[in-house]
Amino acid sequence: MTTVAVLKGGRSLERNVSLTSGARVQDALARLGHDVVAIDVGHDLVTRLRETAPDVAFVALHGRDGEDGTVQELLEVLGIPYTGSGVSSCIRCADKVLAKHAFRDAGLPTPDFFAWNEAAFKQLGAADALPAIEDRLDFPIVVKPARQGSALGIKFAQTAADVPGALVAAFSYDAKVLLERHVDGRELAVSVLDGEALPIVEAIPRDDAFYDFEARYDIGRTDFVCPAELDDPLTERVHDTALAAYELLDCDGFARVDLMLDADGVPQLLEINTVPGLTETSLLPQAAEAAGISFDDLVARLVELAQRSGSVADGRSPRG
Amino acid sequence: MRDLMAITERPEVISLAGGLPDTSTFPPSSYAAIMQRVAAESCARALQYGPTEGMQAVKACIVDVMAEEGTPVDADDVLVTTGGQQVIDLMCKTLIDPGDVIVAEAPTYPGAIPAFTSYQADVVQIPIDDEGMRIDELEETLERLEREGRRPKFIYTVPTFQNPGGVTMSLPRRRRLVELAAERELLVLEDNPYGLLRYEGDRLPTLRSLDEHEFVVYLGTFSKILAPGIRLGWAAAPRPVLQKMNVGKAAVDLCSSSMTQCFVAAYFEAGRWQDYLQSLIGIYRRRRDTMLAALADCFPAESTWTRPGGGLFLWATLPEYLDTTDLLARALQENVAFVPGRSAFVDGRGASSMRLNFSGVGEDDIREGIRRIGEVVREQVELYGTLTGRPPVAPPAAQPSPEMPQNVVRMPRRAG
Repeated sequence: MTTVAVLKGGRSLERNVSLTSGARVQDALARLGHDVVAIDVGHDLVTRLRETAPDVAFVALHGRDGEDGTVQELLEVLGIPYTGSGVSSCIRCADKVLAKHAFRDAGLPTPDFFAWNEAAFKQLGAADALPAIEDRLDFPIVVKPARQGSALGIKFAQTAADVPGALVAAFSYDAKVLLERHVDGRELAVSVLDGEALPIVEAIPRDDAFYDFEARYDIGRTDFVCPAELDDPLTERVHDTALAAYELLDCDGFARVDLMLDADGVPQLLEINTVPGLTETSLLPQAAEAAGISFDDLVARLVELAQRSGSVADGRSPRG
Repeated sequence: MRDLMAITERPEVISLAGGLPDTSTFPPSSYAAIMQRVAAESCARALQYGPTEGMQAVKACIVDVMAEEGTPVDADDVLVTTGGQQVIDLMCKTLIDPGDVIVAEAPTYPGAIPAFTSYQADVVQIPIDDEGMRIDELEETLERLEREGRRPKFIYTVPTFQNPGGVTMSLPRRRRLVELAAERELLVLEDNPYGLLRYEGDRLPTLRSLDEHEFVVYLGTFSKILAPGIRLGWAAAPRPVLQKMNVGKAAVDLCSSSMTQCFVAAYFEAGRWQDYLQSLIGIYRRRRDTMLAALADCFPAESTWTRPGGGLFLWATLPEYLDTTDLLARALQENVAFVPGRSAFVDGRGASSMRLNFSGVGEDDIREGIRRIGEVVREQVELYGTLTGRPPVAPPAAQPSPEMPQNVVRMPRRAG
């Protein structure tokens, strides 16, 4: 029997979603016959991990600490195999600015953007460059914190007058923010499991003027269609782009790639989530279901993959 | 927002978000003595089901509490409930079909909104100012609704030390509201959890005491004058409404806890409930004053707040370009929390306001909590200034005088 520690909760703003994901994973692991130890991640994380000495850690943490490489780094140090992507991949995916630079450098489509930290505005007069940016990106402009999961802190600035307020809001979540060209198109999510793309999910907000964090988790305010209604060549194109991004950022195990399909049929990469939601309404489990993979099978597969990568870590070749 | 609120419960967070009375002020020795007495004198009864409408002994206590606020009531007109919240639920259960209109204040008690929306009510909010609900706006809204062929099922108000606004409805408005209810034959739900927590000024008559025609349903609770853990509140209502609520309650939970009803009866029999209430008033008054002084010290000049004469909350409003939901995320990094204003509205308004509670934590924590919130607000005001080229706002002169707070202004009059 394998002992699996489910890491969940923590101090991230997505704590609640993580607790829901974690609880669901625990149930699945128990059904699969594993010994399950649930850990609400806090000050005693290292102690708890040393005490329980799990065979595998299932990382069900979203957002800060759990998805940005911090907890992964700890698990590397402790030599505990874990689910999902490695440290370097998590760091690059959690930071939308790093990820988008990587996409752009590799020639993968991603909406135009500019990004700064607070100091640039306070000490280098970056605000004076805002009109030039506004010209180049056109309104509406999407303003986002660089490192914040879900849709927390994302604002749509319709006019120049909205930009400062949107920036202040985004800076509430992170010291670095980006201004991104708004892509008017279809919102798609490609879940990837062990390097294979799963059926595409399309998110169709019911009230298109108002799409935010609340909407994403309130059942009934967004419709999800899986598989998305796309013809075969387009499906392939979206899959190829998502897989290219997944490989480029060296993701492992699973991930969810979010894209906007623009009017020209180009899938524009928005971000990669290295610990996608695993709740009843989350997109990756829906996509797996559509591919005939039950939640239990999904969890079993992730644990198995973690054990396999873990043996590499034991061989003094920690995952990058 | 729901998810952000979950984090406010972390132990390291100074939470000015909750609506918690300070139960640590209740002497453990009194608790033990009361329980001892319940065990000795009414053990079997405390462990048994009770009547749906509540035990007679508790109803007698309720008559006393309401008399303290100059509101006579017949014990037969009282339904003992599981907290005041159950009265809100039972009102909806009894009266609301999907799409029915409930008129409420803007902002309104955030905890009422999920109750209303779970019955699929259409909540229409009437702005408040420093004299409580704008009755002129209410009349206009009632006219408009009538033209649309819609008749509200009831008007929900917290007239005294309003949650979240901290304001109190003036006497003329109280009279007019009760008149309007009679003229239009509309029920009013008067939610009065805080009336006895008055820190200054004279008591105003409750709507129920002004109501000669039985259109007011009164909601009371032991939560704020004794303790919320006993989960006991009550409705005092016109008979036809009360009967329906009784049927509704029987379906939900048969009766409220006999054990805590025995506790309340024994507690009141000891005859010192007013003394405890007075001690709470002293503690909360000091905490309110501490918060007002801290706000004057720490919040930027562009912000305003209400100065409640009682209750547990005040309502602060920041410059309109700040969104308090986002600000909460930033504040949580500094381990401090408040309730973002938007949760007191059904339509996304209130984005630049926040509800601050001053009863749940001690004076040091209030000072430190307000200091931290002030810090992040100041930081954001400054950043906004940098982004827009506006000069940074000068900090307010240090005048921690709650008597002359220059930032205390009338509640903004929002379009209805």
